[in-house]
Amino acid sequence: MNSAIVAMDLTFSYRNTPVLKRISFSIRKGNFFIIIGPNGSGKTTLMKILCGVLPAQNGRLEIMDRPCRNYTRKGLAKTIALVPQMASMDFPFTVTELVLMGRSPHLGMLGLEKEEDIEIARQAMAFTEVAHLASRKIDELSGGERQRVSIARAICQEPKIILLDEPTASLDLAHQVRVMDLMERLKEEKSVTVVMVSHDVNLAAMYGDDLLLLKDGRIISLGSPNEVLTYRTLEEVYGCTLLVDKSPVGEFPRVTSVPGKFIDSSSR
Amino acid sequence: MTETIIWRIRFPRVVLATLVGATLSLGGLVFQALLRNPLAEPYILGISGGSAVGGIIGILMGLSRFPGVGLAAFCGSMATLLLILMMSSGQTILKKDSLLLSGVMVNAFCTAVIMFLVSLTHDSRLHNIIFWLMGDLSSTDIGQVGMLSLTILPCFLLLFWFSNTMNLLLMGKEMAQTMGVNVKAVTVILLVATSLMVSATVSHCGLLGFVGLVMPHLLRLVLGPDHRILVPACVLGGGAYMVLCDLLARILPQQGEMPAGVITAMIGAPLFIFLLKRSKR
Repeated sequence: MNSAIVAMDLTFSYRNTPVLKRISFSIRKGNFFIIIGPNGSGKTTLMKILCGVLPAQNGRLEIMDRPCRNYTRKGLAKTIALVPQMASMDFPFTVTELVLMGRSPHLGMLGLEKEEDIEIARQAMAFTEVAHLASRKIDELSGGERQRVSIARAICQEPKIILLDEPTASLDLAHQVRVMDLMERLKEEKSVTVVMVSHDVNLAAMYGDDLLLLKDGRIISLGSPNEVLTYRTLEEVYGCTLLVDKSPVGEFPRVTSVPGKFIDSSSR
Repeated sequence: MTETIIWRIRFPRVVLATLVGATLSLGGLVFQALLRNPLAEPYILGISGGSAVGGIIGILMGLSRFPGVGLAAFCGSMATLLLILMMSSGQTILKKDSLLLSGVMVNAFCTAVIMFLVSLTHDSRLHNIIFWLMGDLSSTDIGQVGMLSLTILPCFLLLFWFSNTMNLLLMGKEMAQTMGVNVKAVTVILLVATSLMVSATVSHCGLLGFVGLVMPHLLRLVLGPDHRILVPACVLGGGAYMVLCDLLARILPQQGEMPAGVITAMIGAPLFIFLLKRSKR
């Protein structure tokens, strides 16, 4: 089998509000898979179901060819790691301490690290280029540095699949590209499957192997960036006038929004 | 004579103070990690108050101090705990302020119930209850202390066992879950163990406020946020702090002595305000 994630008829509602309506898709191993869609389309809920934080209320979910419910919590943590949108870092751990926490699913209750765990953490920090920050306190770092520390922690978990919830949302242009390049390298060098939720259609077009476009809990389109990002689909989904042309830097589409052209006021 | 004073009176009292200080500090540490709120503490959240209500009802019913009053105090603390969690979890999210506010309200309610119960009491038990409420370490013997440590020490070990899990909980419930923590089970275990040991100390020596606030913060400043270090440090540091407070309570007044709870609150309350002010920034 070569699917990292297979979802069949996933359904989820908060109380009586349906958020996901019978969603089915599969993600190939070693894919860079990006989920896009407007606010309230169900992206975050889907993400939480994929990493086991929320249970799917219906349907089937297979992770690395095994039903999700057959995993123990630690087993799932060794298979899927999550990089949250805003990692909570109120407590002054050092960068090394935080990255080492990623080893927890591999360790016993007290989480006593061995030399090899420290080596894995060291490599993860080198990979995301935060090794020079190792002994700094996490609450002293900039947003971009924190995001890379958070990614190093996820890598330290040694997962087969890494999930990222809008990792570029609060970063400047340079840091956005830096994070995306990092994920690209992770996919290439460690053959990790990367699944990302993003609002940035242009970054998604540049880096995604496959895109999943969600709206109101349904899949509108699924396929390569060129297949998904057409102006017809996007205008319908986002409800504003958009210009889609070819990117000047590669074989993928570029999406430009047009000022003052909001079409459908009834959509969210 | 001197020997009798040291071994029969002073020694049990110092051991008791150590146990109580360790318990309350550790309780504060656990609540702060679990609720991710630096101001959480058994006394402020009303857990101690709930234990006291349970304890007083136990005393008035004429139960023995152990296990009768202890059990009643445990029931009281669990009841307040459930109440606070229900009140503050409107959308299953424990918001920072809503938790603190519900704790303050529950505490106020408990105080009212305590006053009510005290006002109903007119016989010799009245003085006992009042002195006990203010946090009293004086009336103890080594047998009682032994019973108390039998309840408390297993809780210490259990909480130390979960110290790395508490580190993961600091990153948020969902993150902890994706890192292999069974958050629901861990939350229940930590809350019950903490309430058990706090109510055990309350049933022995009444309300000692703010100990759980002072020590965890002080130790975090010195030792950093790793709970694998903080849990044992809170046991040692909290114990030492309580012995010191009790010593002050014993030697400061010219005549007799004052309850140790007076000292802990006088140090702790200003610190609470300082921390609250700092966290709002």
